[in-house]
Amino acid sequence: MNTLTLWFHKFGSPPVFHRIAGRLAPWLYASALLGMLIGLYGGLVLAPPDYQQSDAYRIIFIHVPCAWMSLFIYFFMAANAFVALVWRIKISEILAMASAPIGAAFTAITLATGSLWGKPMWGTWWTWDARLTSELVLLFLYLGVIGLNHAIEDRRQAARAAGFLALVGVVNVPIVHFSVNWWNTLHQGSTVRLIGPSAIDASMLWPLLVMALATKLWFFASLFVRARNDLLELEAGKEWARAEVLREGGTP
Amino acid sequence: MKPGSTGAACMAVIRRDLTLCWRRRGDALNPVLFALIVVTLFPFALGPEPNQLSRIAAGVVLVAILIAGVLALDALFRSDHDDGALEQLVLSPHPLPLLLACKILVHWLTTALPLIVAAPLLAGMLRLDPGVLPVLLGALALATPLLSLLGAVCVALTVGMRRSGMLLALLVLPLYVPVLIFAAGACDAAQAGLPYLAPLLWLGAALVLALVLAPLACAAALRISIT
Repeated sequence: MNTLTLWFHKFGSPPVFHRIAGRLAPWLYASALLGMLIGLYGGLVLAPPDYQQSDAYRIIFIHVPCAWMSLFIYFFMAANAFVALVWRIKISEILAMASAPIGAAFTAITLATGSLWGKPMWGTWWTWDARLTSELVLLFLYLGVIGLNHAIEDRRQAARAAGFLALVGVVNVPIVHFSVNWWNTLHQGSTVRLIGPSAIDASMLWPLLVMALATKLWFFASLFVRARNDLLELEAGKEWARAEVLREGGTP
Repeated sequence: MKPGSTGAACMAVIRRDLTLCWRRRGDALNPVLFALIVVTLFPFALGPEPNQLSRIAAGVVLVAILIAGVLALDALFRSDHDDGALEQLVLSPHPLPLLLACKILVHWLTTALPLIVAAPLLAGMLRLDPGVLPVLLGALALATPLLSLLGAVCVALTVGMRRSGMLLALLVLPLYVPVLIFAAGACDAAQAGLPYLAPLLWLGAALVLALVLAPLACAAALRISIT
């Protein structure tokens, strides 16, 4: 076996994952916080005011990275659910289910900041526009996955059932992403492009990208912490889990 | 048809479900009664002004039928799971998706078709523009099988649970939103005198896709729930 597949197999083993994730999480949290500080300083202080929206546009530095995360996490969750259903990998089940509440939180933040931004700009907290509606549907999908996961007693069966639901709901992700292009609505089009020049000024772009990176780091930090807890709960009867709990000063 | 063949098994499933439904034919009318009551509530809440009612009529009828469908979904596998017939279906040598497709077909015939038949009455109660009625019926004919197919996948996931009502609604409704948008879009366009064919074609395309994929997904979900 080459190094990469070996590493992959090792990462899929619960004790090894528990150890590595525990070691990574504090670093991820620290770098995420640092990134958020830099990104927010760049966005809220250094970046110039917008020629049209003046200072009100600055909520973009929270709104847009969270919106990206809401889609990214759904994709991550669905990919892990797929792996869990096809190859029955325990870690993937745990990761898929642990990412659902984080994704729901990012989606809720996106909707909240969006409506805060909408009030001064569009003159309304909420409008039934394609992107807002599909983002709301995304939140409901997250809540459905969480609800189904908690409704089934058996943890592994719950993860598989909820993961399957996540896969069915994946059709909504492209709808959210392309809704601005497909329907001509109030929500503005995308200004940041992966390929070619973006329609946003560099002084505003770099804090946005730093924030996008920082939210991703935060997601993985939070995910690892959650997944470690779920893993200990699932493997409570195993020798390594007892040893781990004892080592950290708990009672098994 | 040769006994023991897949076709015979499908026919047996269809005949059994239809017989069960016929033996308790009072229950089959419940969704229609429910939709009727929901529609009746709207003039009470919004006032009996004809112009206002006719403007929202198509949407109200669609939502009433959709919710009646959600409430009826639970019955799709409930009794079969309770008496063990569902396990026999899963264990049978015939392709499970095909057998489930038959069950979904019977479920659509017994719950959604009466609703479509009652739709002109519901629309009339809300004074829907008569010119829009054919479009509404067309949208319902395409949308309700789609709802039954999507719903069946979600019901299969909750099949073993004792109290699944609210959870089922939470799982199903996000998936129903696009169907509702296109069905209502067609009615809206017809009401405004615009071309309404495009949303109907979208619904038809989605229905064809769901006809192929939903029974497979339903079977996979059922295998997860029954272990």
